Amino acid sequence: MSKFKKDNSKGTPAVSTASLPDIVFMLLFFFMVTTVMREVDLKIKLDQPEATEIDKLEDKALVDYIYIGEAMNSELYGTVPKIQLDDDFATIEDVQDYIIARRADRDEKLQGKITVSLKVDKETKMGIVTEVKQKLRKVQALKINYSTREKVVKK
Amino acid sequence: MARKKRELQEINAGSMADIAFLLLVFFLVTTTMDTSWGLARKLPPPMLEDQPDPPPIKDRNVFVVLANSNDQLLVEGELLSIDQLREAAKDFIANPARKENLPEFKEVDVPLLGRMQVSKQVISLQNDNGTSYDLYIQVQNELAAAYTELRDDLAMQKFGMRYKKIEEMAKSEEGSGKYAEMIDAIRDVYPQRISEAEPKDIGG
Repeated sequence: MSKFKKDNSKGTPAVSTASLPDIVFMLLFFFMVTTVMREVDLKIKLDQPEATEIDKLEDKALVDYIYIGEAMNSELYGTVPKIQLDDDFATIEDVQDYIIARRADRDEKLQGKITVSLKVDKETKMGIVTEVKQKLRKVQALKINYSTREKVVKK
Repeated sequence: MARKKRELQEINAGSMADIAFLLLVFFLVTTTMDTSWGLARKLPPPMLEDQPDPPPIKDRNVFVVLANSNDQLLVEGELLSIDQLREAAKDFIANPARKENLPEFKEVDVPLLGRMQVSKQVISLQNDNGTSYDLYIQVQNELAAAYTELRDDLAMQKFGMRYKKIEEMAKSEEGSGKYAEMIDAIRDVYPQRISEAEPKDIGG
């Protein structure tokens, strides 16, 4: 009967955890390499639309972000779409100054390569987006990118 | 001599795992895996005060897409759903039957491809202030998809490769090699001309 139980008296030997630090370090390096620090604290609700014909934004250092959407705290700010630049809400007039200031931060020879990424909630009306686009045109920030999620195509 | 023995004592590495875990958790929390994807577009330069009006374009060469504040589409005077837009745009751009009411063609010498008939198409997109951003992106996406599909067909036919594939190859090669030339040739045949009207409130 107890053919298979004869080792019981010895007890199971503990699994060696000596290689645990190595495993953890491996994971750590993976995350350190792949990590991108979150650019800003989002203060707006952001549910991006989906699209299929999309390109990757290559050089993160050459991208400025403009967030547009309903404020997260809608009891306080209402449901009117708001613009967020860096960590704060901004008005439509601030967009130009922001783009110019961000441009001045960059190396001169890279200034023509700056892309403005518009991260807009899909419920937003086009009115405010169009206004922002007009402001961007005025400061010659013509390379833009409508940020979207990738749509899974049903075949 | 006796002192040396003491110095050789090993540092206890038992807490190494804890430290590494701590760092690991930190990076796990702060990491955002999302790489940014999006529709890349170029805005037209600002309008100057004394800028002369651009030369008029014949009606048959313009594909008018209107989007109203109820998220309805009026394409060339017809009410279409978003799913029909891609096919309609493709028909317009390529004009396979060479219809009289669809765009004209002109003969152009395209490098690599020789003499090609290139359509004089322009897509004009106009939206209302009340149009939702979602619909706007869908329209942009469908129009881009129409161009991509036509370019795909041409690329398959001429180079035996999908357009996306050529683009990838062009990215990996250095300088302007043959793949970049192929892309230029295809773009010459099907240039993406989406023009957005100066905004106005059309209501609806």
